[in-house]
Amino acid sequence: MARVELNEVAHSYLPKPKQPSDYALKRIHNVWEDGTACALLGPSGCGKTTLLNIVSGLLVPSRGRVLYDGKDVTASPPEKRNIAQVFQFPVLYDTMSVFNNLAFPLRNRGMGETQVKERVLEIAEILDLTPFLQKRAAGLAADAKQKISLGRGLVRSDVAAILFDEPLTVIDPQMKWHLRRKLKEIHEQLRLTFIYVTHDQVEALTFADQVAVMFEGEIVQIGSPQDLFENPEHRFVGYFIGSPGMNFLECTVEGTVAQVDGTSIVLNEETAAKASKAKGKLEVGIRPMYLEVHAESADNRVEAKVRMVEDLGSYKIVTLKLAGNTLKASLPEDQPVPEGRAWLAFPLQWTRLFDDGWLIK
Amino acid sequence: MEKWPNNKAWLLVLPVFVIVAFSAIIPLMTVINYSVQDIFGPGQSLFVGTEWYRQMLGDYRLHEALWRQFLFSGLVLLIEMPLGILIALAMPKKGWGVPACLVTIALPLLIPWNTIGTIWIIFTRPDIGLFGAGMNNLLGIPFDHTARLLDAWITVMLMEVWHWTPLVALLAYAGLRAIPEAYYQAARIDGASAWSTFVYIQLPKMRGVLTIAFLLRFMDSFLIYAEPFVLTGGGPGNSTTFLSIYLVKIALLQFDLGPGGAFSLIYFVIVLLFSFIFYQALQRVGKGEKA
Repeated sequence: MARVELNEVAHSYLPKPKQPSDYALKRIHNVWEDGTACALLGPSGCGKTTLLNIVSGLLVPSRGRVLYDGKDVTASPPEKRNIAQVFQFPVLYDTMSVFNNLAFPLRNRGMGETQVKERVLEIAEILDLTPFLQKRAAGLAADAKQKISLGRGLVRSDVAAILFDEPLTVIDPQMKWHLRRKLKEIHEQLRLTFIYVTHDQVEALTFADQVAVMFEGEIVQIGSPQDLFENPEHRFVGYFIGSPGMNFLECTVEGTVAQVDGTSIVLNEETAAKASKAKGKLEVGIRPMYLEVHAESADNRVEAKVRMVEDLGSYKIVTLKLAGNTLKASLPEDQPVPEGRAWLAFPLQWTRLFDDGWLIK
Repeated sequence: MEKWPNNKAWLLVLPVFVIVAFSAIIPLMTVINYSVQDIFGPGQSLFVGTEWYRQMLGDYRLHEALWRQFLFSGLVLLIEMPLGILIALAMPKKGWGVPACLVTIALPLLIPWNTIGTIWIIFTRPDIGLFGAGMNNLLGIPFDHTARLLDAWITVMLMEVWHWTPLVALLAYAGLRAIPEAYYQAARIDGASAWSTFVYIQLPKMRGVLTIAFLLRFMDSFLIYAEPFVLTGGGPGNSTTFLSIYLVKIALLQFDLGPGGAFSLIYFVIVLLFSFIFYQALQRVGKGEKA
């Protein structure tokens, strides 16, 4: 078990990177505490897998250091790092039985057969693989295969961290849920450091205690799932997390009021004061679930047109047009949606202001 | 099983059936026809039943040629399979070296078979051939494939290995390239040695292409004709007379069409039988339920 630390890590796949866009990873400075379940969340191509491969040692970063429990392992190959990695597609030794698959990493490290057996049986029990031990691994279903890949990591008692690279991609939806719970269970039981890469926010938010959102080679925010939802520090976090994502309206700020195409939205005084110093593009952001939709006009409400209502069973998503902008609001199932015209209220504590994508706070 | 109410689709198979009939079934029927008759001349023939079969099966020269053929195919597989895999493993994985290697390796496959025999005749000639003259004059080792049995075999084997190992190498290379990178990464993380990686990842993943390579090389080497015919003509003596060379001798040079037909069918059955056995065996390799 270990605390994994990335110290000013950057990576480029080019031999001689010149400008920032040459870097797949721009600058990562981050610590994963021992025993935490962390997720790396981001769209395809944002550098998640690159980062994971740097942690596991499959890649040596162009710059920066990787530390396990304070020990520099940047130059160590994966076999010297005591980590395990579960890949997107199940990686198995096809010709071996499940037992031999699980025993393989131990035998490679010269462990005695009696210990190997003890350890494999123990892990097989945790993963519910005991009935399959003598079967050939190649014939099993995808979820069992993924469990075997995971098992090869778990059998090593010295394992520092287990890395998952979108491990549920090839699993059926039903089994996905089951396997995710199993992972969570294993994490609680063994308290290993889990680093889990995914582009699926549900997977990340349900699995991890701590989620790092990546965007274009950078970690834009690290926090608990609730944190990411309520206080997105970057436009991308607001947009990527939550379904539908956060609403953004381009605006100018005058006093404590944000002007959006002629309509005024009242802001928090402190935020508005800081906004006067901002130089970039200003945007108002609000989560669909915090946007209030009313049938009558009142103070601090702005008029909008109702364009579409989607009833998702437990809640409704209303698409609205405010001047030239499209907004989405999610309303509880029992609240009636006004027809044609509606008045929107932006609650002060949920109305955020972003300067060039970054939250003003 | 459910029956289809409309069977007109079978008609679509008809053109293929006709083509196959002309290219394979009718010639085969002709051979079968010859094999049971004694043909004296056009329109003069006598039905002899299984006589030619009994004669050919008892022919000691056919036996010799058959054992020679097995020895040859055995050596071919024993040398070409591991060598092809080794070459594939040593080939570069990316960069300009890939096309350069692929083209260079494939060159022998593009040369007409008769030309290959001619190339090796010249290459091994004791007086002017690079190899032959080099052995005799520079190294002082007497070498003449036209006079000595062992030299003839060495030359035929060298030629065969030079000609066909590239096929095995290319197939093995294709198989290797198809292995996802994650397998190698997992093997590194699991602390597998290079040998374990080869045995537990590369070899099993190459099984499909290697099965094809094995069968192709078995069949082709078992049917080999042009290259040894040009190179040694089956000699010295009968030492490199393989089955097809002997068959051509009987059927076309001595014009014994009956025995030739019987021989052809026996030959065909042997190739079919061994290909089937090898295929079945290779399908089973590594599929046992053992722990």
